[in-house]
Amino acid sequence: MDNNRRIFLRAGMASAAAGMAVAAGLLTPRMVLAAWPKQAFEATKVDDAIKAVYGSTALEPSDKVTVKTPDIAENGAVVSITVRQKLPGAQSISILVPENGSKLAASYELSKQCSSFITCRIKMRKTSDVIAVVKAGDKLYSAKGRVKVTLGGCGG
Amino acid sequence: MARKMKVRAFIKDGGITVVKALMFHPMETGLRKDKKTGKTIPAHFIQEVDVQLNGNKVLTCLWGPVVSKNPFLSFDISDTKAGDTVQLTWTDNTGASESATATIA
Repeated sequence: MDNNRRIFLRAGMASAAAGMAVAAGLLTPRMVLAAWPKQAFEATKVDDAIKAVYGSTALEPSDKVTVKTPDIAENGAVVSITVRQKLPGAQSISILVPENGSKLAASYELSKQCSSFITCRIKMRKTSDVIAVVKAGDKLYSAKGRVKVTLGGCGG
Repeated sequence: MARKMKVRAFIKDGGITVVKALMFHPMETGLRKDKKTGKTIPAHFIQEVDVQLNGNKVLTCLWGPVVSKNPFLSFDISDTKAGDTVQLTWTDNTGASESATATIA
């Protein structure tokens, strides 16, 4: 268990210097984006996060939503997640990780032209499900993927 | 800041364009501590990425600190043609931002 923490810290060390420099250089944080749902990102429960984004927690599992994840992530700092969906009129995709401190990883507001798939990389603290929530019409659809987060590359 | 954002956009059959973008950003969660000083490193992460096709918004990404360092983003846009422009703009929690444009090829 502790090994996961080590690798997570080490992966981040490289960026620490850059992060400090930027923080020092930008001493006057300007306004926070109005659209950014602070409450949702700070929610400590999955249901709270979903509710903060969509106003409801009535999820319906759907086979039209797929979450593609690596079965085993060697490095929890970089886990590639792809969400595909085939629902007509999809408006939004959100990615949640129940075992992370901050449950909501990302939320995407889609348009007609841009709605079939999203790939991004997220951090994962430990082995967990990854939940994708898609809003289409007035309903919420969901799908799950599971990622086993390990340290070594030989695990089966 | 560091390296510039990279954006690539390739058109496939049926006018569908696949866009791939790599941003360079520390994405600090605000929870890590500096090993030497023991002080908490302040949160510093991209909150919003705006995607525009020929000046029209097609995708808005809202990100939390959970997104990895140097974020990679990929998605597709339908009804496109070669020569269209895709512009990505990110804004982080300190108000800093960066834009990059790619022409669909």
